Amino acid sequence: MIRVENVTKYYDDLCAVDQISLDIQRGEILGLLGPNGAGKTTTLRMLTGYFLPTSGDVRVKDFSIRENILEIKKLIGYLPESAPLYHSMLVYDYLNYVAHIRGLAHDRRIPRIRQLVDLCGLGNIMHKTIGELSKGLKQRVGLAHAMIADPEILVLDEPTSGLDPNQIVEIREIIRRIGKEKTVILSTHILSEAEATCNRIVIINHGKIVADGSTEALKQSAHQQAVIRLGLLNADPDEAKSKLAAITGVKRVEADKADNDGLLTLKLACETALDLRKPVYQTIKATDWVLMEFQQESRSLEMIFRELTKEN
Amino acid sequence: MRQVTHILNKEFKDYFVSPIAYIVISIFLLVTGWFFFSTFFLYNQASLRNFFDLLPLTFSFVIPAITMRLFSEELNIGSYEILLTMPVTFLDVIIGKLLAAIAMVGALLLPTLSYAITIAFLGKLDWGPVIGGYLGALLLGAAYCAIGLFASSLTRNQIIAFIIGMAICFTLTLIDKMLFFFPQILLGVIGYLGADNHFQNISKGIVDSRDILYFLSVVFIALYGAKLAMQEKE
Repeated sequence: MIRVENVTKYYDDLCAVDQISLDIQRGEILGLLGPNGAGKTTTLRMLTGYFLPTSGDVRVKDFSIRENILEIKKLIGYLPESAPLYHSMLVYDYLNYVAHIRGLAHDRRIPRIRQLVDLCGLGNIMHKTIGELSKGLKQRVGLAHAMIADPEILVLDEPTSGLDPNQIVEIREIIRRIGKEKTVILSTHILSEAEATCNRIVIINHGKIVADGSTEALKQSAHQQAVIRLGLLNADPDEAKSKLAAITGVKRVEADKADNDGLLTLKLACETALDLRKPVYQTIKATDWVLMEFQQESRSLEMIFRELTKEN
Repeated sequence: MRQVTHILNKEFKDYFVSPIAYIVISIFLLVTGWFFFSTFFLYNQASLRNFFDLLPLTFSFVIPAITMRLFSEELNIGSYEILLTMPVTFLDVIIGKLLAAIAMVGALLLPTLSYAITIAFLGKLDWGPVIGGYLGALLLGAAYCAIGLFASSLTRNQIIAFIIGMAICFTLTLIDKMLFFFPQILLGVIGYLGADNHFQNISKGIVDSRDILYFLSVVFIALYGAKLAMQEKE
């Protein structure tokens, strides 16, 4: 569907995006992750034809961004970061204007706007000027704007930034609903969001792709470490440490000091290949410790992200 | 071409949604009305001469006020990104905005037709110079609109855009009155650069292709400048 070929973008001397290549299939919800200034927005702007890459090419279907930029723009609905819409226009006027520019036929315009009003929950604000809307509402108008011509590809730059938790859940729900039929590309620096909505994640740092894969694949990537977290009562820290470290497969044991209630929290770093829950439980059962917490953590996306985008 | 009309419609409507249009039109009518009619009965002539004489000067501060928001506002709130990722080309955008500004100048001039009609009742009005005057006013307006657009593309601050636009328009209006500052050799060229001179030719009822060409070149150069400025921003 979309093929990004060796795309590089320089702002004067600053290299914002460096030789990125990507292949995006139809029906994917792709999350573009990265720290601030990693080149997420720049990448999206090149995809949507806001500006051309310094070198390399973006192809959408059979169109190249260097030759058929207008055709590509027709296929893509784009919501830039923080939905910069005209402040002085009414919501209805704005959507109508976009529908005109996007070339919706006269008899499709009103029904389509109605549909989007339902989908994005704009019923009560159609008669308001965009400038007086709250951030969340503006974001929803922006979403409606991006979807108005029913584009095959939807590009959203930080669609949930600045929203309250309820609105975030709503927007995610909308994105997931759209993602069933369309290709969605969204950028974010909130990891849980990418985890919750996307089925493929690309992490970029300093303009380069440092990881690319499905959420599960990323989590199970090479140097993974499983961690078991334990909460014990009645246990002596040193004794617990030595006993647990003796289990085959446990590489390291970290113990926090017992808190006021005498609860001792331990973190066991384990080898991935083995499931150590059973031996750990049996070791504990053989003592008179009271087991209060027992949890196996897989490597979270957050850890992967931190590892990959760490400054050296 | 269809996209141009959509952008033109939107921009033109925008003027009347915000108070800008009403303020600018009121000020324009007050200023021109006062200067024209305060001496009209002294001259005792049934002509719009004085009105058209003053027009380049009033235009050079009224028109930058009309055009100052066209690009600056888009840059300021970031909507330019949205606009350009819709299926439009930069040419659609800039022509649409220019035409909207020219239409606004038309709306500005429309009420002044009542001057002509009033005078036609008072004496025998020669319509030739009047028609020429309005044609010239539109051409002059188009040139100044393009300059204003260029100024607007330079900055995201509307006030700065207004001041830059006004400075350029004033210079073009007054430059042929300051010829004694320039060396002999340049006089011809600089005389040609003055907008006032060309406008007065047309408003006398003499429609010369040189004058029309002058205004069209100003439009073209200013729009090209705006294109370069916007490209630079990317």
